[in-house]
Amino acid sequence: MGRKILFITTDQQRYDTLGCNGGTIARTPVIDAVAAAGVRFERAHPQSVVCMPARSTMLTGQHVSTHGVWMNGVPLPEEAPSVAEVLHDAGYRTAIIGKPHFEPFLDPFARFAENGFAAKGTFGPHRGFEHFESATHGAAGPLHYARWLLANHPEAVGMFYPVLDNSLEVNAMGGGDTGAPQAWVNNIPKEWYHTDWVADRTISWLDSLGADDDWFCWMSFPDPHHPWDPPASEIGRIDWHDVPLPAGYIADAAEREAVLDAKPRHYRAWYDGRLVSNYEAPAAWVPATLTPDQIREVTALNAVECELIDEAIGRVLAAVRARGWDDDLDIVFTTDHGELGGDFGLMFKGPYHVDGLMRLPFIWRPAPSAGVAPAVVTKPVGHVDLAPTFCAIAGLPAAPWMEGTALPVDDADAQARGFERVLTEWDSDLFGVGVHLRTITRDGFVCTTYMPGTAHDGSEGELYDLADDPLQRVNRWDDPAMAPLRGDLLADLWDHQPPMKSPLPTIEAPV
Amino acid sequence: MYGSIRHEICIDRSAADVWALAGDAAALHRWFPGVVDCTVDGTNRVIVTGSGIPMPEEILMCDNTQRRFQYRLTTPIFKHHRGTIDVIATGDDTCMVVYSTEADPRAMALVIGGGTLGALKELKRQMEESH
Repeated sequence: MGRKILFITTDQQRYDTLGCNGGTIARTPVIDAVAAAGVRFERAHPQSVVCMPARSTMLTGQHVSTHGVWMNGVPLPEEAPSVAEVLHDAGYRTAIIGKPHFEPFLDPFARFAENGFAAKGTFGPHRGFEHFESATHGAAGPLHYARWLLANHPEAVGMFYPVLDNSLEVNAMGGGDTGAPQAWVNNIPKEWYHTDWVADRTISWLDSLGADDDWFCWMSFPDPHHPWDPPASEIGRIDWHDVPLPAGYIADAAEREAVLDAKPRHYRAWYDGRLVSNYEAPAAWVPATLTPDQIREVTALNAVECELIDEAIGRVLAAVRARGWDDDLDIVFTTDHGELGGDFGLMFKGPYHVDGLMRLPFIWRPAPSAGVAPAVVTKPVGHVDLAPTFCAIAGLPAAPWMEGTALPVDDADAQARGFERVLTEWDSDLFGVGVHLRTITRDGFVCTTYMPGTAHDGSEGELYDLADDPLQRVNRWDDPAMAPLRGDLLADLWDHQPPMKSPLPTIEAPV
Repeated sequence: MYGSIRHEICIDRSAADVWALAGDAAALHRWFPGVVDCTVDGTNRVIVTGSGIPMPEEILMCDNTQRRFQYRLTTPIFKHHRGTIDVIATGDDTCMVVYSTEADPRAMALVIGGGTLGALKELKRQMEESH
C-alpha cells in the first residue's frame, strides 16, 4: 500500500485569499492547517494565467508551448500525455471531480468527450481518470453538476448569474448592492451549490474505494472564479462595507492612470475601454468605471466562496481520516491562476503578468508517514512541477515528456535541485487582436517581454523588483541601470522557453 | 459584435469529386462531425447537432460552376450568419476547400468555426481514404 494523493484545485483564486498567506478577509482554517503541517510555497506561478492552458500544464507536466493549448478554446488533444494515466497504469485508482476544462465548454456539436459523459449517464474513463465527474461555474451546459441540478432541483437552475450574455460574451451585467460586474445574489441553498456538490461527489467516490487502494483524486472546485454568486444564505458572513480595499488598488485616479501608463500600452487601452484583447473578461465592461465599493463587494463575495471551499475541503479530509488514510495522504492545494481583484483598477484576467494573476496559493502537505518537516519555500516553482511530484509521491520516475521537477521540500532542497526560475507565457489572437508575452521570474525579479502584436511593436516589456516593489507599480524595463539585469533575464528566458508547438493548434471555441 | 473565421484544407482529390460531397446540401451530416441529421426542403435546411439542437438554415447559393455553397443559420441567436464553402481546384487531382464563417454575435463565429475545422479534416480523410 502506497501514498494516496488528494490534489485540490480552485479556479482563479488569489494568493492573498488564504490566512496562511496573510489574507485577513476569508477565514480558511482548514487549508491554513494543511499549510502549517506541510510545505507552503511563496513564489509559485502558473505557466499560463487562463484556465485551459494552466490545467493542461497540471495534467501533462509540460509548458504551454509544448502541450500546445495556448489559449482557452484550444482543446488538449485526447492523446496528450496525462499524469493520471501514468498513475493509473501503476495501479492507482484515479478520479477527477469538479471542473476539468481540458476541452472547450461551448460545444453545441458535442465534439468533445469531456462534454458528453453526463448526457450518456457515464463517468469516463477519460485521460487516465477512471472516474470523470464534471462541473463548472453554474447550472448551464452539459456537465454532470448541471444535469444533477436540473434533475433534482430544477427550481434552482435559474438562480445562478448568467455567466454569458445573449451574445455569448462574458456578461458585463452588474448585480449585488453595488452593480459590480458578475456580482449576484444567488438564492440557491448552500447544499445544492457546486462547492458542496464537488465535496459530496468526492466523498462518494472515496467511499467506493477499497481500504487498500492507492488513489489519486483531483478535486477541482469551480470557485472563486466569477461569477461571484455564492449562496445568499452565506453572504452575511462578510459585510462588504467593512472590507478594506486591496493593497494593489490605487485610490487616486491620476496616480492609478500614471502607473498604468508606465506599463505596456494594452493596460491603459483596456482600462479605458479601447482594446479588448481576450474573451476572459466582459467585452462590454470598461475597467475605468470600477468603483471602490464594487471592489469591496466583489472581494467580500469572493472571500465567502473561499470560505465555503475551505469548509468543503474540511469535510473531505474528515472522510479521509475516517477511512484511516490520513497518515499516507499527500495533499496538494493550488489554483489554476489568480484574479486581478482591483489591482491597478482592473478585474478578471488577461495578458497582465503581475502578482494578482501569477502568484498562486500553492501548498503541499506530504504524507505524515513520509516524515517531511514543515517548511516555507521561497524559490520559484510552477504548475509544471506538479505532475513529476505526483509521480515521485507514487514512487515512480517522472515520465520523459514531463518538463518540470518534483517539488522541493524546503529552500535548501530547492537550491540543491536548481529551482531558479519559473516561466509564464501568454498568446491570444481574438478576431485579429494579437497579444504575446513571455515572462521569467528569477532572483526576485519578474521580467516580461512583449512580442510584436496588435498593441505592441516588440520593444515593450515589464521589469519589477519584487523585494522593493511588491505591488509592481514601478516598471523598470527602460531603466538604464537595469539594462544588464534585463539582458541577463531575457537570455535566461529564451534559453529555457520551449518553442511553440507546430503546427499551431487552432482555437475551436471561445472558451 | 461581428466576427469572421476562415479555415482551409488541401485535399489530394479532384475538385469535382470533393464538390460532389461538399456541395450536396443534404449530405452535410456525412462529413461534419457533430451534425447528426440534415434535411432539405427547397432552400430550407435543418441540421441537428450532436447535443440535440435543431438549427434551421436558409440555403443562399449552390453554384456548381464556381463550386461555391452558401447558407445562413436562421436561429434567432444570430443577428447575422453566413457560411461559405468553396472548393477550388489546385491541380487535376488536388483541390483546396475553404470554409468561412461570418457571424454576429462574434462568439458564434468561433463556436461554428471550430466545427467547420473538424468538418474539413473529416472531409479530407473521407476523400483521400476512398480514392
